Amino acid sequence: MWLVKSSIGRKLVMSVTGICLVLFLTFHGCMNVVALFSGDAYNTICELLGANWYAIVATLGLAALAVIHIIYAFILTFQNRKARGSEKYAVTSKPKTVEWASQNMLVLGIIVVLGLILHLYDFWYNMMFAELTGAVSAVAEPSDGFAFIKYTFGNPVFAALYIVWLVAIWFHLTHGFWSALQTIGWSGHVWFNRWKVIGNIYVTLIMLLFVAVVVAFAFGIAPSL
Amino acid sequence: MAKNISFTIKYWKQNGPKDKGHFDSHEMKNIPDDTSFLEMLDILNEELIEEGKEPFVFDHDCREGICGMCSLYINGTPHGKTERGATTCQLYMRRFNDGDTITVEPWRSAGFPVIKDCMVDRSAFDKIMQAGGYVSVRTGAPQDANAILIPKQNADEAMDCASCIGCGACVAACKNGSAMLFVSSKVSQLALLPQGRPEAAKRAKAMVAKMDELGFGNCTNTRACEAVCPKCETIANIARLNREFLKAKFAE
Repeated sequence: MWLVKSSIGRKLVMSVTGICLVLFLTFHGCMNVVALFSGDAYNTICELLGANWYAIVATLGLAALAVIHIIYAFILTFQNRKARGSEKYAVTSKPKTVEWASQNMLVLGIIVVLGLILHLYDFWYNMMFAELTGAVSAVAEPSDGFAFIKYTFGNPVFAALYIVWLVAIWFHLTHGFWSALQTIGWSGHVWFNRWKVIGNIYVTLIMLLFVAVVVAFAFGIAPSL
Repeated sequence: MAKNISFTIKYWKQNGPKDKGHFDSHEMKNIPDDTSFLEMLDILNEELIEEGKEPFVFDHDCREGICGMCSLYINGTPHGKTERGATTCQLYMRRFNDGDTITVEPWRSAGFPVIKDCMVDRSAFDKIMQAGGYVSVRTGAPQDANAILIPKQNADEAMDCASCIGCGACVAACKNGSAMLFVSSKVSQLALLPQGRPEAAKRAKAMVAKMDELGFGNCTNTRACEAVCPKCETIANIARLNREFLKAKFAE
């Protein structure tokens, strides 16, 4: 199977799963903004995405994308370390055009996964998972997503951790976005610069949507409160 | 005005691929700054021989920047910090200062085992070329140039890709030990021309398969390769190779 055996095949898997995850983030970011304006409207979305069959199927699909992306990241890194050889350079110098994020995608990815575990514990475990198992959290009913937002981001430690997490995702995506399009071959002398600009703007906007929600609830300034 | 500089040179010594390897150092005195880097190494070797020591081994051939034999990793940069588009042989001592310590290392990559000191075995690149970096269809006797129309831009770009001398600086600079800039340039130089099209799919698949087989890493688009390429190849070539390869795979 060339998606496993060929280097470009493996990169294609990273690229396509990455693009899908960026699309999911776009949806998630837009959904979050609703919570800024109306708790009721946000909870309607939460109900829609509760333990319904389509939400569960979508969650499993999303989990599969994330797991494939992470497994491939480790396979690629392991192979690349081997290809690099055991002897390290005594002196190194980083060319100006090489971005820090591009050389630290695995480290950034690990921070993203750690943040994801915290995030799933804060929300998904108390919401969809609680609905499925019938275990109810002490904070609120499983479908009361708005209450979980208020509770989580009202805690300054969680708010700070979420900001660090979002910054790590931003760095990861500033490289990931154009890199994904380069890998599927949709790049060149002209499109390389276009994708970099489009990617940086797009990723910054999405991440600002997330940051806005964390900050608004951390400082208690969301209009919906 | 030319002036003389004195500096310390730290150079890598290694007896074959299995040997551990270590740095030796030597004080270089009063070297004119219009000496080329390789001439400076010749002076080093003369001094080492006079002292009864074993000379330092490094690759070099044409010394005019076109053969791709020189391969030294100087102060953290493949070919050293030269003008844009130059190999080690075109690096001059005026780029260094009096009192510097200059560190010279071989290309370090699993794909390029050390033969001795800073001379590495780059025959992996030859094997990739043998896998498909040529045209084997009959193109006939030379015909009138106007009979095969090629856009000027494509002809220029194919020439730029063909100017890759296969020195391996891209692999040396890459944290993943990936040979994608080399392979993509060699695929592109033919993919851009009509004579290369009939075998384009076969070529892309065969050369990438050979590259993977020889243990080069997976490209993660860090762009370190294009920053150090003495022939200014760009990662636009890598995007083209990805395109050629994926097109070929999906058409299977």
